[in-house]
Amino acid sequence: MSVTPKIVGGTANFVDERIGSANFVRRSINKIFPDHWSFMLGEIALYSFIVLLLTGTWLAFFFKPSVTEVVYSGPYGPLQGVEMSEAFASTVDISFDVRGGLIMRQIHHWAALIFVAAICVHLFRVFFTGAFRKPREFNWLLGMGLLTFALLEGFAGYSLPDDLLSGTGLRIAHGVLMSIPVVGTYLAFFIFGGEFPGDDFIPRLYSVHILLVPGIMLALITVHIMLVWYQKHTHFPGPGRTERNVVGYPFFPHYVAKAGGFFFIVFGVTSLLGAFVQINPIWMYGSYKPSEITAGSQPDWYIGFLEGSLRAMPNWETNIWGHTVSWNVLIPSLVLPGLMMTVLALYPFIEAWVTGDKREHHILDRPRNQPVRTGLGVMAIIFYGILWINGGNDIIADKFNLSINAITWATRIGLFVLPPIAFVITKRICLGLQRRDRETLLHGRETGIVKRLPSGEMIEVHEPVPSEDRVRLLAGASPRPPELPAAYDENGVPRPGNRRERLRAKVGNFFYRDQVEKPTEEELAAHGDGHGERAEELPPAESPAELPRH
Amino acid sequence: MAAAVVVLLALLVTGGAYAVLASASRAEANARAAQSLQIDEGRELFLENCSSCHGLRSEGTSDGPTLIGVGAAAVDFQVGTGRMPLAAPGVQAKQGPVQFTAEEIAALAAYIASLSPGPAIPTEEQLAYEDANLGEGGELFRTNCATCHNFAGQGGALTQGKYAPSLEGVDPKRIYEAMLTGPEAMPEFADTTLTPEAKQAIIKYLKTIEAQPDPGGVGLGRIGPVSEGLAAWLIGIGALIAVAVWIGARSS
Amino acid sequence: MSERETAGASGSGRHFTDRSTDHSPDLATGGATRDPSAHREEPEADYGHELVPGLTHTPRRTDIDPKAAKRAERQVLGLFLLSVAGTLVFFIGFYAVQLDSAENVGLSTKLLGGGLGLALFCIGAAAIHWARKLMSGEEVVQERHRLRSSDEERAAVIKDFQRGVEDSGVPRRKAILGGLVAATAPLLLTPIVLLRDLGPLPGRKLRETVWTEGVRILSDVTERPVRVADIPIGGYVAAIPETLLDLPHEGSAQLAERGKSAVMLMRLRPEEIVSQQGDNWGYEGVLCYSRICTHVGCPLGLYEQTTHHMLCPCHQSTFDIADSGRVVFGPAARDLPQLAITVDNDGYLVAKQGFTEPVGPSFWERG
Repeated sequence: MSVTPKIVGGTANFVDERIGSANFVRRSINKIFPDHWSFMLGEIALYSFIVLLLTGTWLAFFFKPSVTEVVYSGPYGPLQGVEMSEAFASTVDISFDVRGGLIMRQIHHWAALIFVAAICVHLFRVFFTGAFRKPREFNWLLGMGLLTFALLEGFAGYSLPDDLLSGTGLRIAHGVLMSIPVVGTYLAFFIFGGEFPGDDFIPRLYSVHILLVPGIMLALITVHIMLVWYQKHTHFPGPGRTERNVVGYPFFPHYVAKAGGFFFIVFGVTSLLGAFVQINPIWMYGSYKPSEITAGSQPDWYIGFLEGSLRAMPNWETNIWGHTVSWNVLIPSLVLPGLMMTVLALYPFIEAWVTGDKREHHILDRPRNQPVRTGLGVMAIIFYGILWINGGNDIIADKFNLSINAITWATRIGLFVLPPIAFVITKRICLGLQRRDRETLLHGRETGIVKRLPSGEMIEVHEPVPSEDRVRLLAGASPRPPELPAAYDENGVPRPGNRRERLRAKVGNFFYRDQVEKPTEEELAAHGDGHGERAEELPPAESPAELPRH
Repeated sequence: MAAAVVVLLALLVTGGAYAVLASASRAEANARAAQSLQIDEGRELFLENCSSCHGLRSEGTSDGPTLIGVGAAAVDFQVGTGRMPLAAPGVQAKQGPVQFTAEEIAALAAYIASLSPGPAIPTEEQLAYEDANLGEGGELFRTNCATCHNFAGQGGALTQGKYAPSLEGVDPKRIYEAMLTGPEAMPEFADTTLTPEAKQAIIKYLKTIEAQPDPGGVGLGRIGPVSEGLAAWLIGIGALIAVAVWIGARSS
Repeated sequence: MSERETAGASGSGRHFTDRSTDHSPDLATGGATRDPSAHREEPEADYGHELVPGLTHTPRRTDIDPKAAKRAERQVLGLFLLSVAGTLVFFIGFYAVQLDSAENVGLSTKLLGGGLGLALFCIGAAAIHWARKLMSGEEVVQERHRLRSSDEERAAVIKDFQRGVEDSGVPRRKAILGGLVAATAPLLLTPIVLLRDLGPLPGRKLRETVWTEGVRILSDVTERPVRVADIPIGGYVAAIPETLLDLPHEGSAQLAERGKSAVMLMRLRPEEIVSQQGDNWGYEGVLCYSRICTHVGCPLGLYEQTTHHMLCPCHQSTFDIADSGRVVFGPAARDLPQLAITVDNDGYLVAKQGFTEPVGPSFWERG
């Protein structure tokens, strides 16, 4: 008996007779996805992007991307009679004169902040679990591209209303452009269509923001997801999970419900934020004038690290034969993010080269099992975080009664001192956790129940590790890095490429040398599979509550 | 008989005139006497409470600047907001509990004003801001004030731990006095450069946006993207990760 | 290293072999069949241990107890109902609230956003609850297909590609390929050339402002001229050149000029002034400096009269107004440009000359 309504059957028939989609549909319906909460972080980003597209399209019907001066005559009192650009005026109108305008503006902006934050947590998850390893390096690169475009898109978006705060950000961007050697002034004049602020920049930014970048991002996202679909998602070690399979639930109906439901949740949470928490009140900032500014001028959070780096940079500038090179602007705003993005983008290849690991990986690492990688990741986050915090140093100084000069100096020093400390601490924590896993495997979990043996001895009962957890705890045996090759071959001739090989082996060694070995079969057997120190036979399924209490 | 009437009239007129004029000048004399009494009281208060830092003749010491020329407005502001007497040494005098009564403050102000001309306490007329131009007030505020006090008057950081305080809930008279006298690091905006009309417009703008609710919801302190970013991470990502954990959790 | 075994098929979990991914697409020369033994040639990921127990399945409450399942169904329905309520709130909010005050704008926003948010959230929560409680809770195993093409497939591709290359004639007629490159390369430059008219060349614009001899200094916003006596010691006046207002009002010409020629007047006690950028560039203690920071161009304005330091709110560059606008803290590399001033016949402050250096951020050709 068929439960599908006739129209579904009819439509399916119509399509199939033209495209022959049964195979694809069947494979899609049955496709298995693993079920872990940390696999949904990328989804938050994807759904936020869709929310941005929907709300952005609506906003585009009302926004006027023009800097033509108008005099405001709308309902908002404090701006009555004030001259402003049409872009700003239309944004104020959307907020106060169009039903649904303010909520759509706020949902759009909250979604943008959440979008980039979700990309970041997704990036962290992928990094710390090693999901970027072969065969997923290309997807990692796509993700880095999406992150870069997301930053640009967000910056462009909040600069469109031409308000005092975002205009200040554009002024800074213009100054950054100008600092570029040789071509800086030309770039600045071409991009802005003349002197700052110019008539052309807001309209151009508009095209970039609603057409060019979303188009590129849509394409990149499509390929990104297609790759995940085709290569199948990774999964954590666990019962039944191998490198050769994927364990989870079928796409239909399970993931249609869960992932589809999550889309509604993301949209819902963003809407609730937009309903109850104010964001970007441009009517209070006022229209942009290059002679006005507010204390506490910050960009949106995801540009904050660049703001912090600009603030912390010492004032180095050199004059070379009548030409100025502004290191104080170039390094923090262009060189630094360029380096950071490049290293991040190349990381999968660097790690593969260093470790010599050419294998496919579909089972994820637990972060503790890769102490160096995890340490490097935390180090990078701390580095980024220090810059990010410094971006708000004047707000912090004001709210916590500190000196901005002191915070700036703390950043300058902390930026180089704290990350290595973070690395060492993280690595030690990982090794400690590995040790604890080993202990748990060998000796079981402490139940806190003290048992007195007939001989009079007191022991603590240890509960053996259930088999599902044992799989998890045993996972992560790391390969050894490649052997240090001999410096000379058999004829005493120095080997070509030897230096590079030695460097590679040294770094690989550093990467893998500190590991706590997982217990071998013999060790596990010898310890009686996690029973107490004494060879007390306890049935594995016995729950601690059933033991007699003394 | 007529002569007697004329003399009586003349006596009445001269007597009456004298009485009126004398009372007027007596009132003046009383006022002057009262004023000099107030100045004396002010001097007494000054010597007891202020001279240790500001000098016996308010010429200033290493602990406090000279008060010559600061005007009654400065005294009214500093003492009236509890900034003075300085409660504790630091980079900046903080607002605090007011240590003197209104009469005492008036006396101190009168004394300092008597030493040398300076900005006077703003009059009712100067403080009448209801008819000021709101739009221009916003423009003036953003041009002159927002760079220290932030776009919504929430305050901001200066160098070395100094700060421009929040203007929320501050009495219009205090705002006027602060602009007029430039307390501590704040520059002086004399009535000759920032006219009373301009000051009124600024005050009107501040009071208007202060009274205005945040139509978008919780204002997050009106300090801009820093608090918005925190909210996006803590509330937005926090809630969504919580939901993701729920989705992925094994169902019992 | 112990050999890894696929033990995932054992256990109580459903085993789902996705056979449809096993076949390679039909190629023109006849589809190559997948060789299962080809699996073992590649170095593979090592799981490390043989102890890979099978899947276990603990039934959920709703699997065992039909009452619990019914309850879950009711909860899902309840959530859907709540969602409809949210949508209703949205409609009511849209039509009932007029945007005639800030309070009402706020109310409208809360009703629209709250209603929409509730509606969306409840649909999502319902779908997820439905999946978690009522859809099958048994994990399923699916084999991964091999990603690397088999050697036969690769060989076939190479063969076909080589045949195509032969067919194209390029190996024998190498010049054609060169011609292709020679033709397309300059074509790629055309879009770059098309971008030339995006904007004018910088020319002298970065070096010149409207400031020149005799230009009156006006207080910003109020546009009133300034006398020396107007400014008290410790006073600050944000100022603009009078000729700025003569620029055309349409377009951004005035804004652009503002971004270069905005200045500040500060009055110090003459004995406080340590140095200036030129002799007598100030007037009776009144100093005039550019309002545009030399770091990346933000306008200044945080003037501390006690320290005579000027702080930029963007990146905390600090300039000493009493000492030629010298940078005392922060990322700005160059001193703040000073404008030489004097008074005209009416006693109003005017510029003695224009700026003697470009104002604002540095650039390559600055010198």
